[in-house]
Amino acid sequence: MIRAAAFTALALVLAAPAFADTVVISGGTVALGDGSAPIPNGQVVITDGRIVAAGDIRMKLPAGTRVIDATGKWVTPGIVAGFSRLGLADVDAVDQANDTSSEGPFSAALDVATAINPEAAPVAVNRAGGITRAVVAPSAGKSIFAGQGALIDTGADSQPVTRARLFQFVELGEQGAAQAGGSRSAAHVLLRNALREAQQVAGGASPARDRAGRSGTDAQSDPVVSNPNESRSYDARRNQDVLLTRFDALALVPVVRGRQILLVHAERAADLRQVIALKREFPALRLVIVGADEGWTVARDLAASGIPVIASALSDLPAQFETIAATQSNVGRMRAAGVKVAIGTINDDDTRMAFRARWYAGNLVGIGKLPGATGLSWGEALKAITSGPAEALGITDVGTLAAGKRADVVIWDGDPLDNQSAAQVVMIDGVEQPLVTRQTRLRDRYRSLERGALPEAYRR
Amino acid sequence: MRGRGLTAAVFGALVVAGCATTGTSDKDEGERIGIPENPFPSTYQRYGGAPVVITGVTILDGEGGRIDNGQIWFADGKIQAVGQTVAAPAGTQTIDGTGKYVTPGVIDIHSHLGDYPSPGVAAHDDGNEATAPARPEVWAEHSVWPQDPGFSRALANGGITTLQILPGSANLFGGRSVILKNVPARTVQGMKFPGAPYGLKMACGENPKRVYGEKGGPSTRMGNIAVTRQTWINAKAYKRKWDEYEKNGGEAPEQDLAMDTLKGVLEGKILVQNHCYRADEMAQMIDLSKEAGYQISAFHHAVESYKIADLLRANGICSAMWADWYGFKMEAYDAIPENIAFVDRAGACAIVHSDDPNGIQRLNQEAAKAMAAGKRAGIPITEEHAWTWLGINPAKAIGMADRIGSLKAGKNADVVLWNGNPFSTYTRPERVWIDGALMYDANNPRLRPVSDFELGQTGEGDVK
Repeated sequence: MIRAAAFTALALVLAAPAFADTVVISGGTVALGDGSAPIPNGQVVITDGRIVAAGDIRMKLPAGTRVIDATGKWVTPGIVAGFSRLGLADVDAVDQANDTSSEGPFSAALDVATAINPEAAPVAVNRAGGITRAVVAPSAGKSIFAGQGALIDTGADSQPVTRARLFQFVELGEQGAAQAGGSRSAAHVLLRNALREAQQVAGGASPARDRAGRSGTDAQSDPVVSNPNESRSYDARRNQDVLLTRFDALALVPVVRGRQILLVHAERAADLRQVIALKREFPALRLVIVGADEGWTVARDLAASGIPVIASALSDLPAQFETIAATQSNVGRMRAAGVKVAIGTINDDDTRMAFRARWYAGNLVGIGKLPGATGLSWGEALKAITSGPAEALGITDVGTLAAGKRADVVIWDGDPLDNQSAAQVVMIDGVEQPLVTRQTRLRDRYRSLERGALPEAYRR
Repeated sequence: MRGRGLTAAVFGALVVAGCATTGTSDKDEGERIGIPENPFPSTYQRYGGAPVVITGVTILDGEGGRIDNGQIWFADGKIQAVGQTVAAPAGTQTIDGTGKYVTPGVIDIHSHLGDYPSPGVAAHDDGNEATAPARPEVWAEHSVWPQDPGFSRALANGGITTLQILPGSANLFGGRSVILKNVPARTVQGMKFPGAPYGLKMACGENPKRVYGEKGGPSTRMGNIAVTRQTWINAKAYKRKWDEYEKNGGEAPEQDLAMDTLKGVLEGKILVQNHCYRADEMAQMIDLSKEAGYQISAFHHAVESYKIADLLRANGICSAMWADWYGFKMEAYDAIPENIAFVDRAGACAIVHSDDPNGIQRLNQEAAKAMAAGKRAGIPITEEHAWTWLGINPAKAIGMADRIGSLKAGKNADVVLWNGNPFSTYTRPERVWIDGALMYDANNPRLRPVSDFELGQTGEGDVK
């Protein structure tokens, strides 16, 4: 399959006049990022910022084609940070340097794309760590709605945003409860109030139907509902507009119409069941779950719902009461049950340490050796940090080395899921990226502590 | 000198202890007041364990030694022999370690397990007595919840056998640390490492400044230093009073718990564990310690140690560090992945620490990252040397190097058998022994502790 596709693609390349932009990475162990096992002595061909072919292929290339020898190295798609706040903070604990959340009047209308700083030090550090794209979510401030998140690249240029307003992020579970006033039921009322407000400002009947078959507008006019989470308070409040600004309500229109993903953070099994139920209540919603520490306990329901999950790989402590069943086998068990599951760093150094994702993935391979534990195959583990998160969010041109994808490619000096390997070449959209960071500069400045002719501040 | 010749047990039993010696005073020949040194004594007793020999295994001894295809024999709670071959008696349980590694039990010099346990609810928030900038009178052990599920995760996933539980960093003087064995018990006393010295948690920089800036001060770094110096001046005065009383008798000084701890530091019995990030601040604390007359055992979170590794070496101070944490606060902005390797290369004492209930589960992997970063920076570091960061170096920094931290005959049999190379992300502990007792076995679900909190909850006894 791969071979046939590659030769077709090659024909196109040879026909194209702009062959000068072609780069071939040759001789390395190539992992495609689609769940398959790594391919020894493979090749990756890139033209004009896109993948032409990759895998067990050999091409006759015109003289002068740039070839990067990757013998003894590994080649993968760039790592996709499955859930992060990358680019939103220079230093987490410095308020002025942290744009992850807002205490201001707006919530759902917030758009991280306006705050991304491609020159923030953590962007470069993660780029050098092999992260080429990142799912960036805002943090919830005063509302359960945090605002609209984006997919970004980590390239050393002024255009970081790949897809702005890709999703709306909402906190349910413990944090949502806190933001809604102290209970999960309050969060659910707020959620429904907001979605209906959005339907109203959108100016039309919602496609939603409850289990009794009534349309959304019928449901609104009838306070007696079959689902206990349907709240009667909506009608009493809906004209006061105190819970949602007009701007926020408008921002939720694409969510209720299913044009924008609703990314929901929930951990507890009971909360996950409520999220699955939302899909029955609002069929147009395009739901994706992040967190799901207890996902393995409801894995069959999650799989049946088709809702993708972006989970923390190694969460194994009852850090809160909503994560009592947490185990490192969570991702593996969900995957085995047929859940579409990827890895993200949820509330886990999410502004700075997305580069840890590949070790987290590696650990999930490692636990496969333990009796009673469920991990991932190597290929699935790589997928969980490349095409997995991209697919979960409906992004089709990122995350694998398949023909036609964006040429986000990393050459590693060893197995990318092992903690001793490092990225040696990072390409984003086919453009080779600088790997210099503040950290490498500091390292070089303080390589020697011997007193020089001038102070350290003169070493550059 | 008071107390030196008396056992801790005597002082532990009674606040007023009879002075056995005479002739040091011209008056007050009767009873002398003493300060109890060990009022919360350990009740830990090692569990039983059959003698074990592991053969064909790669041994990293924790002091820089390595034996490929070697053997280790332990019995009666102690390492008996380590070598290419050992002369274990017939009938000793033999474990084939082919393809596997043996290391000493991992020591985490910086943990808050039990003081900030899981679940992390406000009712469990017991790590900082943030009510005054100097609270050396508090003892971390009095906050430890032995049922924290974090202990078992650290054991099963990280091979952690010994932990130092520290008070938090809100205070300039946070209180006393406690050294625990990672053996479940009903009480903290049941986990306390018998005979382990106490530590004193000190902090500099942003945390105390932030917390007390809102509570009347100190609110600046200069305020931090001023309060710290004054506290030591008070401590020296307190010590002089007791020294005078012990030498010449007279009226006993009033006992002050806070000053007792600082007096213990000035006497070298309590080891200073100093939270301090920045190079310039560490240098300030070194000067301050010289003025006050104590030795800093280790700087913790020392993300800028690489800038002053020469100074740290010259002063015999260890640095407890992360492999890759950076940028979460201003004083962590200059952290680099080569920090540990640079400190080590300079001949200073390097330690990998966690300060984190997740990080403690993978200290071996953190050491691997640091080793790899060092190698890429042109510093050759062997696996056996890198293990000193988890072995003998933390043992030294907590004053326990005579008992733990390496696989040497006569030392406590704290042993981890890893199912592969422990520097790999793919490797986990297969078995963990503490004092020769098998406390974890990946192949035996019954050898997996379940805390009271987890009992009867979803996932009880799961692999985790």
